[in-house]
Amino acid sequence: MHIVVCIKQVPDTKNVRIDPDTHTLVRQGVESIINPFDMFAMEAALKCKDQSGARVTVITMGPPQACEALRDTLGLGADDAVLLSDRAFAGSDTWATATTLAAAIRKIGDVDMIVCGKQAVDGDTAQVGPEMAALLDIPYATFVKKIEMEPNGSLRVVRQTDEGVEVWKLRLPALVTVIKEIGDPRVPSLRHKMRAKKTQIPVWGVADLDLDPDRTGLCGSFTQVVHVFSPPRRSSRIQLEGSTENQAEQLFQYLKKSGIPGL
Amino acid sequence: MSAISIGENQIEISDDCSLCGICVDACEFGALSLPEVAKGPVEDLLSYRGVWVYAEWRQGKVHNVSHELLSVGRLLADKRGVELGAVLLGSNIDDEACRELISYGAEVVYVVDRPELGNFTDERYSKCVVELVNRKRPEILLAGATSIGRSFIPRVAALLRTGLTADCTHLDIGDDGLLLQTRPAFGGNVMATIICPNRRPQMATVRPKVMKPVKKEVKQGRIERMELPDGCFEARVEVLEVIEEQDQTAKLTEADVIVSGGRGLRNGDNFSIIAELAALLGGAVGASRGAVEDGWMAPSHQVGQTGRTVAPTLYMAVGISGAVQHLVGMQGSQVIVAVNKDPHAPIFDVATYGVVADLFEFIPAFVRRIKRERGV
Ligand SMILES: Cc1cc2nc3c(=O)[nH]c(=O)nc-3n(C[C@H](O)[C@H](O)[C@H](O)COP(=O)(O)OP(=O)(O)OC[C@H]3O[C@@H](n4cnc5c(N)ncnc54)[C@H](O)[C@@H]3O)c2cc1C
Ligand SMILES: Nc1ncnc2c1ncn2[C@@H]1O[C@H](COP(=O)(O)O)[C@@H](O)[C@H]1O
Repeated sequence: MHIVVCIKQVPDTKNVRIDPDTHTLVRQGVESIINPFDMFAMEAALKCKDQSGARVTVITMGPPQACEALRDTLGLGADDAVLLSDRAFAGSDTWATATTLAAAIRKIGDVDMIVCGKQAVDGDTAQVGPEMAALLDIPYATFVKKIEMEPNGSLRVVRQTDEGVEVWKLRLPALVTVIKEIGDPRVPSLRHKMRAKKTQIPVWGVADLDLDPDRTGLCGSFTQVVHVFSPPRRSSRIQLEGSTENQAEQLFQYLKKSGIPGL
Repeated sequence: MSAISIGENQIEISDDCSLCGICVDACEFGALSLPEVAKGPVEDLLSYRGVWVYAEWRQGKVHNVSHELLSVGRLLADKRGVELGAVLLGSNIDDEACRELISYGAEVVYVVDRPELGNFTDERYSKCVVELVNRKRPEILLAGATSIGRSFIPRVAALLRTGLTADCTHLDIGDDGLLLQTRPAFGGNVMATIICPNRRPQMATVRPKVMKPVKKEVKQGRIERMELPDGCFEARVEVLEVIEEQDQTAKLTEADVIVSGGRGLRNGDNFSIIAELAALLGGAVGASRGAVEDGWMAPSHQVGQTGRTVAPTLYMAVGISGAVQHLVGMQGSQVIVAVNKDPHAPIFDVATYGVVADLFEFIPAFVRRIKRERGV
């Protein structure tokens, strides 16, 4: 069993803000973290490894410093890591990202299961996983909270929907995107960290992946951002004063006026 | 913009550049530009016409978001001077459901009615939509950003080799006739307008509850029941069980009202105060990560960066401090009420109504007020 986990380095959202004068993103001094959902993806893969001795490879497409994120995942217990980095990848939209990741999966070859996070918290698109599965022509399940290996080359997953939960059986190879309920990420162990320090992380570029540069990065992206702006300010807050009873009365009247269902 | 530095009379761009394009607008001298992107043949783009809405069929009913989408789709189709179509996939779909879509502005409803479509699966649903798009060639395809839409629409986009913008909150047609898709990014801290100039259809998922459903007076439309090849109904996925959540207070993404509790509640038992208010308002119960970590609520109730992103009509945050990771999951809500005894709690920054009070006094008083109105 060979599992590939796709992780993304994202700016720590705590610190992202828009400069009120220039209307541009202020990223100065913003630290990078591993996308929190991808930490759940790591945990899902490592749980499978604990149970069935699967091999876990982690990949990310990003700038050279994303190597550090990969090393962190080796510290958690991943076996191998590959960095997909090339100037030609810059400016990728989800399609171009999925194209690049799918090419890496093909190059790795013997992959049985791919685990992604539900979404990356910088873009919140939740598209890369399903698009990658479509490009690889394999089945997938989104919003997965539980994964069980079946003996006959299939996967039993529980997925969360708007209405409740669903239990699906997927034929391998397959892709899943996972949510928080899969389980809290473990902490790195000293043994794995020691090994991580010494592990060579290969870097693959456009040429290694046999990709046409016109199909990657900005040139391979179908969508274009034409305008970035600060969200309109919420109308200023109304502070409710007075005794508790008084506050309750005011809130009741305001909400009733706003036509809140149930009031 | 750490990727930009000024060298000797020359701008240098390092590998950190993500080609986001922000610097292009920001540069006062117009010194920066992005690489040209190759365009597809123009005639091909023009052969795509019409606006489509994927209408979501769940348990024998069309989901509300589809009515919202048809209403915005109607405006887009009118601006483009083209037809508005709806696509309905499922099993045992009656004409009544189709006429309802027509009443919200659809001029044509394409129906694929097969037992295999009774339960949602990404593979079958995407193959059906792809087949229909290839036959009819709409220029725009919209779907709800629900657990179904956000799951299979990316597969449709990938199979059609076209762009997709997720979770839009505003749609319009630009002067050049392109779909302008506006969505929040970075957890709502930034808004971005996105276009898909060179591929068709232009695809977007749209956040539920942000567009208003509008019924039309004139209700003329045709219903076309479509036969698709058997291959469209094959899948490597088997749906073993569908378990509907019985507890209405757990359906966070569907709720019009969410009452959420945080560490301010002090223990799990006190969540009954939140649950009572939520039930009274017919709403759902949410929780901060603080409350979930302490084991007071199940993780499925968590609102925020690592939990659910919600945008109900009313969101009440009770005893929640308002950490950024919580705010990014709820600041799209229409009306936000914050109840906290600390007047400096950051939750007040996003609140429509702020109540500085002890929740153990205020919530019961508010509950009493609602009950009095209802005469119970
Ligand atoms: C990677 C990452 C992801 C995260 N994801 C999420 C997420 O998805 N969702 C999330 O919520 N958090 C998330 N967090 C955690 C977040 O940073 C906060 O720790 C958490 O939201 C705090 O929960 P809280 O507001 O309930 O608790 P606290 O911050 O302890 O706030 C409790 C509040 O209750 C008030 N209070 C106390 N007693 C009373 C009373 N009697 N009456 C009225 N008010 C009272 C206090 O004034 C205080 O403001 C994440 C953190 C990280 C690092
Ligand atoms: N650049 C990337 N490198 C590796 N994996 C990625 C990348 N971007 C997205 N992913 C994966 O796709 C998931 C969804 O991302 P997104 O579609 O951007 O919300 C993430 O949780 C990751 O598992």
